[in-house]
Amino acid sequence: MSRQRASNASGRDRLFFGVFGSILGLYALLLLALILAIAFLAMGDLTTLKKTLSDPDIRGSIRMTLLSCSVAAALSIVVAVPAGYLFSRFQFRGKAFLEGVLDIPIVLPPLVVGLSLLVLFNRVPFPGGSLEDMLRDRLGVGVTFRPLAVVLAQFTVACAFAVRSMKATFDQMDPRSEDVARVLGCSRFQAFRKVTLRDARGGVLAAGTLAWARSFGEFGPILVFAGATRGVTEVLSSSVFLEINIGNLGGAAAVSLLMVALALFAIFLVRWLGGRSEVFF
Amino acid sequence: MLQVDGLVAEAGTFRIGPIGFEIPESGCVAIMGRTGSGKTTLLESICGLRRIESGRVLLDGIDITNREPGRREIGFVPQDVALFRSMSVREHLEFGPRLQNWKRTAIRDRVTELAEQLQIVDLLDRKPRGLSGGESKRVALGRAIASRPKLLCLDECLSGLDDDTHTQILDLLRDLVTSRGLATLHITHRRSEAEALAGSQIVTIGTAAEVSNCL
Repeated sequence: MSRQRASNASGRDRLFFGVFGSILGLYALLLLALILAIAFLAMGDLTTLKKTLSDPDIRGSIRMTLLSCSVAAALSIVVAVPAGYLFSRFQFRGKAFLEGVLDIPIVLPPLVVGLSLLVLFNRVPFPGGSLEDMLRDRLGVGVTFRPLAVVLAQFTVACAFAVRSMKATFDQMDPRSEDVARVLGCSRFQAFRKVTLRDARGGVLAAGTLAWARSFGEFGPILVFAGATRGVTEVLSSSVFLEINIGNLGGAAAVSLLMVALALFAIFLVRWLGGRSEVFF
Repeated sequence: MLQVDGLVAEAGTFRIGPIGFEIPESGCVAIMGRTGSGKTTLLESICGLRRIESGRVLLDGIDITNREPGRREIGFVPQDVALFRSMSVREHLEFGPRLQNWKRTAIRDRVTELAEQLQIVDLLDRKPRGLSGGESKRVALGRAIASRPKLLCLDECLSGLDDDTHTQILDLLRDLVTSRGLATLHITHRRSEAEALAGSQIVTIGTAAEVSNCL
């Protein structure tokens, strides 16, 4: 009797794991198929692959991508750590509204984010014309259709994800540790810096990775706000777009394959660093 | 040593007080009350972690009611111990003295003394992850008393321990209170624990009915 019940339970368990495992497996299969499809097209024509990857424009695009993504991720962390901390630890008037505002870049279509940046910098009246005019005339800094626009477009979207990630990190941490540190002699800021931030380093790394990855894949806002000018505002995602535009599908596949390789490298590097974070911090 | 006069404190919509009691030099007072009666709120108010609405807290005759928590010379062990997960046990013991700019040799000597007293010498280079409940309590206790506070505040720090460990930590606390003369404020809802540490020096909070239920 009991053996039969055990056998039935085991059968139900198999069904449970079978259904859940199949769903996971199918999705993973879809993602692997996408990567293999790109790899198949790119590796099928090795001459085009070599030519594309040695092209000075593509090399410039790689440099621009790595630089802009890193700057955008660093800026996102600078904003996400205090913002995530405030959202996680304190109740204040307007909190729900602010949280909603920070969700805007997550839910808004990427093209609309780009268009909004374009309008903000060029159409909204500011002293001396537009914000773009003011920055150019007073500080000598041009933004729209320049490398700075790439960073700003990436940062605008990536930062929202980083804030969410940092808030989740702080939510999981016991605020009592800060109380103890304060009783032991820390100011509120010292307790944050010496205890909370130190304990949250894995979360900071995760938020930075998320922001970097988000910036890496950004295309819509960059195209609208920064353009896709070769050698100036071209990043790898716009390189794919430009190669497709000139009918070079092999070149587009080669750049895409490079993007896949870089993304995988970044993900595994950061996961490895995350696992060894106690050694590094 | 500690004098609490007509203390009223709030935590959101919850309000405690007015409460008054005294802890003599080298003495121990246990605060008892049922869950939700405001014991932790009271302790946090004395530590400076909650704003005191009215009343006074005097330590060694000095009014510390509005002092920053870190300038009250109090050691605090919360119920869940709240160890710093990225710091080693040694760093926990060094934390308070470092903040108070002790000399390096003094810090080293104090860590050695505490580690021996609390029987955690073998744990000094370990991180909190993987420590047992009893070991964590010892580390939290060491962290709280490392910089020689005038008062030790314990928030149900003996809860969640098996009987043997409970007895060991209780003996350790008794040693700190009686032999070393550390004034202690101990929150508990177990009468036996309160009596073992504080004798008859027990303050109950909550309504009379709540307290009698608790006892």
